[in-house]
Amino acid sequence: MKAGDLAELGVRNLREALLRNSLTTLGVAVGIASLVAMLSLGVGLQQLATKRLSHAGLFDTVMVMPRTNMRGFGRPQVTPSPAAESRPLDAAARQEIEHLPNIIEVYPQIRFVTEVRFADTPYPAMVAGVPASAREGGSFDDVQGNFFSSPTADEAILQIEFAKDLSSQPSSLIGKELVIRYAERQALPPTTAPVANRNAAGTANSQADDNPSGFSIVPKERKLKIVGIVETEPAAGFGGIGNGRVLIPLAVAETLRPAQANDLRDILRGGSEAKPGYASLTVRAKGPSQVEALESKIKSLGFATFSLLDATRNLRLFFAVFDLLLGIFGSLALAVATLGIINTLVMAILERRREIGVLKALGAADADVRQLFFFEAGVMGFLGGIFGVGLGWFIGRAVTVGTNIYLKRQNLPPANVFSVPWWLVLGAIAFGIVASLAAGIYPASRAARLDPVEALRYE
Amino acid sequence: MTNNNGAAIRVENVSRHYQMGSALIRAVDGVTLAVNTGEFLAMLGSSGSGKSTLLNLMAGLDRPTSGAIIAQGRNLSELDSLDLARYRSKIVGMVFQSFNLLPRMTLEENVELPLRLAEVDRSARADRVLEALTRVHLEKRLGHRPSQLSGGEQQRAALARALVNRPAILFADEPTGNLDSATGEEIMHLLREIQQSLGMTIVMVTHERPLAERFANRIASLADGKLISDGAQS
Repeated sequence: MKAGDLAELGVRNLREALLRNSLTTLGVAVGIASLVAMLSLGVGLQQLATKRLSHAGLFDTVMVMPRTNMRGFGRPQVTPSPAAESRPLDAAARQEIEHLPNIIEVYPQIRFVTEVRFADTPYPAMVAGVPASAREGGSFDDVQGNFFSSPTADEAILQIEFAKDLSSQPSSLIGKELVIRYAERQALPPTTAPVANRNAAGTANSQADDNPSGFSIVPKERKLKIVGIVETEPAAGFGGIGNGRVLIPLAVAETLRPAQANDLRDILRGGSEAKPGYASLTVRAKGPSQVEALESKIKSLGFATFSLLDATRNLRLFFAVFDLLLGIFGSLALAVATLGIINTLVMAILERRREIGVLKALGAADADVRQLFFFEAGVMGFLGGIFGVGLGWFIGRAVTVGTNIYLKRQNLPPANVFSVPWWLVLGAIAFGIVASLAAGIYPASRAARLDPVEALRYE
Repeated sequence: MTNNNGAAIRVENVSRHYQMGSALIRAVDGVTLAVNTGEFLAMLGSSGSGKSTLLNLMAGLDRPTSGAIIAQGRNLSELDSLDLARYRSKIVGMVFQSFNLLPRMTLEENVELPLRLAEVDRSARADRVLEALTRVHLEKRLGHRPSQLSGGEQQRAALARALVNRPAILFADEPTGNLDSATGEEIMHLLREIQQSLGMTIVMVTHERPLAERFANRIASLADGKLISDGAQS
């Protein structure tokens, strides 16, 4: 029988037992909806987690540190490369790393604890330098107010909790000024005088005869205009020692030359102020796939590195298992629905036994009868798949709305915990059809095997 | 290819046995019979004589336990199920006692069904359906469903369905069994008219000897699965 005729007869048969076939299709739809809802939840949660981490630039970022910083306080554990010689992480090293392939940018991590004065009241706070690229990465999409007007603007973005410390109405802070008071490093000229004879105003020098340099710590102030407020500092906790409460342009942070935790140690270990070292550099690769090779190259240059590549792998593995489990639970309803299809088609065989006999007497081959039942099962699966995806999407929207009401009550930002990607829509419909066809195998084979003489005798 | 020597269908020592528990039922037992092209053969016999079983074997609905049935030069017992389906679709037409029209289809759709199964081009179907229904005088009932027709009209519609693929042999299993005598006679007239005008071979099973004697060219009688007489009508 031609496909068009098969389809016409199949649709006619489905219309004949409309109520029963509709209920069976509804069963498939509920099964598919359950599957779609479960997997959408898994995908949505995965996307939510990935989005947050991607915005923070964690997947394509490598932290570079001198080997001597390997297990510093508050720093992540890094993997040293035993082959290469240890080197200081200075401007030359930064330039060298910048010339490696597949790198977008290299910038130092500048964070320092300081005093912020606002309305003549001092507040302790962690200041962090933010690279201009953070804006393009989407990290500041949710900023209240604006991002920095230029990379060198004397502007600040406050973290919301800190802003609440300053004012009960954080949004009113935008446009106002604050002052940061910080300790600036100032280079000293070379000297042969012993350390003990130097002035006491924070001057330091080591091994006077061999290392003719040092630096002074000088208190300084800088006025900054508040331009925005963010929920959390993106990338907080990755390579840093805490959340930045006051975020300023990285270029501005560099011009401040603030005293860093590693300064004294560098001097003691033989560094020089003329050739300042970095506590750490952040290297952004062109993509997560380049991170592993990049890490290996940087290690071979004599530095220690750290990335969240392994953490990412574990996250993906976790969500793969999570999605699998959700899919299995979601499929249980579909399994029940396939039993409904088998039942419906077996009932149809009993009811249409004589009709099958007539079809065979008129020249229908076994394959024609088998295809007719497969078609009917496939149509129920297809329609069930479409309705099921719609129903699953609706459930997802309802759960998202409910979740966001709850999050709002908890003073948390809204989140989209559901996502129905195209592959899931098409996959769910295809799965509905395949499951229905599988359910149709037994009834279709049974119908095809019917003896026409026996079938024609059936009353 | 087997030579049929002018016969439309030849039955050679055919048996059809069924096992019912420990008992062996010999529904057809060693029957040999040849039906000539254009002949109208009536098979007579009481209930359980094996006439319907023999008809089903000749129509390709069943397979013999032994023996050969030669039609169109091919032994039906050696055909696979697909070729047997093609034989039923293209070579033979079937009419049943209980009409067997599909109740949810209109007459037009019922008559079109064999054309669908035979994969006849869609554009040619409407004319073929109308031609078949005109032959049985139901051309004005195209859109009616079987339940809207009388028994005689339903049997005529079934006859149109059997003729629509222009078969070489028409098998009719008690075509008047569910009809009153006047309507039954009407159907028999129609069958004979078809046989004469189209030169079609007709094999009919009936238990009504008077009808068989009036309309058939030849009568074959069966009892207990065996052919007990076979003679031409004057």
